Amino acid sequence: MEGFWLALIKVMIAFIFLFTIVIFLVWAERKIVARMQNRDGPTRAGPFGIMQTLADGMKLMFKESVTPRRAELWIYLAAPVMALIPALLIFLIVPIGAPITIGDTTYDLQVTDLNIAVLYFLAMSSIAVYAVALAGWSSGSKYPLLGSVRASAQMISYEAALGLALVPIVMYNRTASTAGIVEAQGATVFGIFPAWNVILIPSFIVFLIAGFAETNRAPFDLVEAEQELVGGYHTEYSGFRFALFFLAEYINLFNIAALTVVFFLGGWHGPVFGPTIIQYLLPVVWFLLKTFAIIFLFIWVRASLPRLRYDQLMEFGWKRLIPVSLVWILMLAITFGFQRFGAPWS
Amino acid sequence: MSWLDDIFGPWKGLLVTFKQMFRPKVTTRYPEEKRSKPERFHGRHVLNRYADGMEKCIGCELCAGVCPADCIYVRGADNPPEDPVSPGERYGFVYEINMLRCIFCGLCVEACPTEAITMTQLFEMSVTDRDDAIFTKDELLVGPDGTPNHNQPAGPLIDLDELKLADGWMRATSPAGRAEYEGVVQWSDSAGDNLSSPPRSGGDASERSSDAEGASMRSGGDAEERSDDAEGEETDD
Repeated sequence: MEGFWLALIKVMIAFIFLFTIVIFLVWAERKIVARMQNRDGPTRAGPFGIMQTLADGMKLMFKESVTPRRAELWIYLAAPVMALIPALLIFLIVPIGAPITIGDTTYDLQVTDLNIAVLYFLAMSSIAVYAVALAGWSSGSKYPLLGSVRASAQMISYEAALGLALVPIVMYNRTASTAGIVEAQGATVFGIFPAWNVILIPSFIVFLIAGFAETNRAPFDLVEAEQELVGGYHTEYSGFRFALFFLAEYINLFNIAALTVVFFLGGWHGPVFGPTIIQYLLPVVWFLLKTFAIIFLFIWVRASLPRLRYDQLMEFGWKRLIPVSLVWILMLAITFGFQRFGAPWS
Repeated sequence: MSWLDDIFGPWKGLLVTFKQMFRPKVTTRYPEEKRSKPERFHGRHVLNRYADGMEKCIGCELCAGVCPADCIYVRGADNPPEDPVSPGERYGFVYEINMLRCIFCGLCVEACPTEAITMTQLFEMSVTDRDDAIFTKDELLVGPDGTPNHNQPAGPLIDLDELKLADGWMRATSPAGRAEYEGVVQWSDSAGDNLSSPPRSGGDASERSSDAEGASMRSGGDAEERSDDAEGEETDD
C-alpha cells in the first residue's frame, strides 16, 4: 500500500508539473518568437501576458467541438486522448532531480525507474504515431489524411534515427535506465569537466535532429504545413479535442528536451552546495535550466529556419542520419570491444 | 567550399534571428498608444450642416448611386416651405449607412454635390449587434452647433474629436473642394456657399496660402473673389 500511495502522489505531482510547464512553454514560445520578429507577443493576460495560455485553454474548453459528418466517430474521439497519453507516459521515466533521503527512505525524483527506460521511451513515441495516423484518417477529410500520412511516415523514419542515436548511450553507460544513465554522467574528467555523454557528439546531433522531427517542429513541421495542408492531421478537430493535441505537442517538446538533457547533458548533475534543502533543490534547478536551454534552441530554430521539402526530409532521414548513426555505432562497438576483451590479435 | 556552407549556413540564419531579439520592438500597443493617422484618413462618415443649422444634404441619392458596396440608403423628401430642412427643394428624409458593408472608399464623398457627406478620422465604431452597425441619420448628422454624434460614448478608445477632423482628400479633389480645407473642421459660413474659406488659425494660414492659390486658380477667378469676401466677413465678426 505504501508503494501505491507514493506512486499516486508522484503521478499527481508529475501531472500537475507537466500541465504547468506546458502553460509556461506555450507562453515562452510565443514570447521568444515574437521577440525574434521584433514584436511584443502576448501582453494582455496577466503580467507579461503569462496567463495567455490559460485564457486560450479556457476559450478552447468552451468552444463547440465540431464533429465532421464523415468522421469515423469512435476513432475520431479516441485519437486526441491517444496523443496525450503517450506524451504523459514518457515523462514518467524522466528523473528531474537527485534522489532525496528523508529519514531512512530514499525517494527518487522520478515516477518510475525502469531498467528498460530507453526502450520504453522509444515504444511510447512509436505509439504516439498511432494517434496522429488515426486522427487524420478518421476525420474523413483530405487534408488531415495527407497530413497524417506525412506525419506517420516522418515519425517512423526519424524514430529509427532516434533509436540508433540512443544505442551508443546504452553501450557507453552500460545501462538502459534513465536514472542509471544520469548516474553514469556524474563523474568528472580531469577534475573539472563533467563527463557528460555529449562527448558522443554524432549521437547527440542525430538525437537532436531526430527530436525536432519527432516533435513535428520546424524545420520538420511539414506535418502541419499550414500553407499546403491547412492544419495537418488536426484540421477537423476543434474545441477541447484540439486542445488535447496541442497539449500533447508541447508535452512532447518538453519530454524530448528533458530526455536530451538526461541522455546527453548529465541530467540533474551540476555544482551543488549550501545547506541540505538547497542541495536537494539545486539538481532540479540544474535539470530545468538545461532543459529550457534545449527548449530555447527548439524555439530559436523554429523562428529561424524554413520548412524542408518532403523529399529532402526523407532523404535526410534515411540517407544521412541513419547511415551516420550506423557507422558511429559500429565504430563505438569495435572500440568498446577492444577495451573490454582486448584486441583479437594480441 | 559548398559543403562548409551547408554546415554553417543554418547557423548564420540562427544568428540573424538571435540578433533581432535585442532590437527595439515595432509594436504599437494600440489602445494605450495610438499611431498618428494620415490627414486623408477614411474614417466614419458625418452628415454636415451649414453654419445656420440647415442640413447640407439635398436627398439627391448620388452617394447611394455611386456606392460600390451598395451600403447607403437615401430617401429624399420635399422641403416643407414653412420650415425647410435644407436650402434646396428637397432634403434627405432617410439617410442610412450600413457600416458592415461600407468599404470606406470615399466615392460618396466625391459624388456629393453639396459636401453634405464627408469622412472623418474616427474608426472605432465596433458594435455588438448587427442592427447597431446601420448608422441612421440621427447618428450621422452633426448637431445644430456642429458637434458630431456617435452611437457610443467617448472613452479611452473613442476620441470624439476625431469626428471633427474632416477628410482632407475630399476637400482637395471634389468639384467644389479646395486643398486649403485639409484637416479643417467641415463647416461652411453661410447656407448654400460651399466655397467660403475655412476658419484659419495662426501659422496654418501661411502654410496653406500656396495651396489656396493653386486651388483657387483651378476653380477660377470668381471663386477667388468670393473667398476673399468670405475672409472679410470673418474679420468683421
